[in-house]
Amino acid sequence: MTAILLHPNDNILVVTAAIAPGDPVPIDGVAVIVPMAVQVGHKIARRALSLGDTVIKYGAPIGSMTAPAAAGDHVHLHNMKSDYIASHMRDTLERRSES
Amino acid sequence: MISAWSRSDGRKGIRNVVAVAYLVECAHHVARRIVDKSDDPDIQLIGFPGCYPNSYADKVMKAIATHPNVGGLVIISLGCESFNREGLAAAVAASGRPVETLVIQQNGGTASTIAAGLAAVARVKAIADAGPRIPMAPSELVIGTICGGSDGTSGITANPAVGRAFDRFVAEGATCIFEETGELVGCEAIMSDRAITFELGAELIASVEKAERYYTILGFGSFAPGNAEGGLTTQEEKSMGAYSKSGSSPISGIVKPGDVPPSPGLYMLDVVPDGEPRFGFPNISDNAEIVELIACGAHINLFTTGRGSVVGSAISPIIKICANPETARRLADDMDINAGRILEGAATIEEVGTEIYERTLAVAAGERSVSEELGHQEFILTYKSFEPVGPACLPRKQAA
Repeated sequence: MTAILLHPNDNILVVTAAIAPGDPVPIDGVAVIVPMAVQVGHKIARRALSLGDTVIKYGAPIGSMTAPAAAGDHVHLHNMKSDYIASHMRDTLERRSES
Repeated sequence: MISAWSRSDGRKGIRNVVAVAYLVECAHHVARRIVDKSDDPDIQLIGFPGCYPNSYADKVMKAIATHPNVGGLVIISLGCESFNREGLAAAVAASGRPVETLVIQQNGGTASTIAAGLAAVARVKAIADAGPRIPMAPSELVIGTICGGSDGTSGITANPAVGRAFDRFVAEGATCIFEETGELVGCEAIMSDRAITFELGAELIASVEKAERYYTILGFGSFAPGNAEGGLTTQEEKSMGAYSKSGSSPISGIVKPGDVPPSPGLYMLDVVPDGEPRFGFPNISDNAEIVELIACGAHINLFTTGRGSVVGSAISPIIKICANPETARRLADDMDINAGRILEGAATIEEVGTEIYERTLAVAAGERSVSEELGHQEFILTYKSFEPVGPACLPRKQAA
């Protein structure tokens, strides 16, 4: 098992063993090709997600989609955001001062 | 039964540390040299770097200096700083512990204060070591929990396993404390449902809303770049994982740094300052949170990590529970328990919860945790400001 469903209402799965690009991952009994590398602890879409969709993990909302994702796609900072406080990375201060 | 050190306030200690406290950064070097030259795992460095007075720092320092795991104190003061050294010494003396104060400006400077400090530590330790021992039941333990270097595995392995251990300790009558309201943002509604009174539930929500406001003004959530590298995308996602450390017991109350829970049960520690942001981030690193848990009386802290924190702490042992199986292999020598086995199907959350429970009792009985063996004794205390907790935050005293 390379990705697990934590709660029946979730629309993402948590990756439990590293996935290589093109690996088939069983999602709700169907083998879905994951197009990109995804590391342990990261999330993949359980089904197609649209811009603005609420992301559900542990059965609870954990943020919103900022771009669409197909089933099996990596769901992370590039396509979702917090509904509370923006997340930051090591280059955040540089990016803030440039803008 | 644990063989504990008996303290005059009725509390019991699982360690007998002689703390050497510097009261301003200017006295840090002298205090550190005294501790280094003592070369004894139970002689430990604590301190406060600031020259300005702060009632929070005063309260936390007094709480730590009279913590049940502390047997005596040596104070190292430069001489001109604001910290009330007489007040600290008086509080420690009133608790029945040996205390000595050395003022560098009155002691001939660095070298002579180090020499005098070593002699003072030896005297204090001799008295502390002769202190009375007493049996201690597991129900008398105060246990804290914290997560650091969290990743996408923390919330599905190590954190819920700590939650299971917490449930067992609370059921057996112990006191458990979880914290970091900034890492509970998004969990406030489900958390308030667990409060023993409606009013406490409202206070829990208010404390998380305060944290959200505070972090929003500062411009950063309680979220590090490593959290994102480990698969966590948002503050509320991190929060949901962190929250599971609290288990499923009813929540009995809210404490603030330096408040000791008045009766057994599960408590939330509110670490975010009250009022307008004044002194910067609520907790500049995990170690600042650990110091606050200890100031609330925690004998032991359960530390979960996904990315791989290596820290320990002065005063109270840290038990390290690794959430991520890859990290557990990479940093095997720094971890007490590998909860990553849950992800690989090699253990259940229940089994790891039992392992954490048993390891906690063993460390309480005197076994050294991994970070203790490695010599980790981190300590950091900075400026903050708090109002006292409101009446709804604490369980009503039971009639005797």
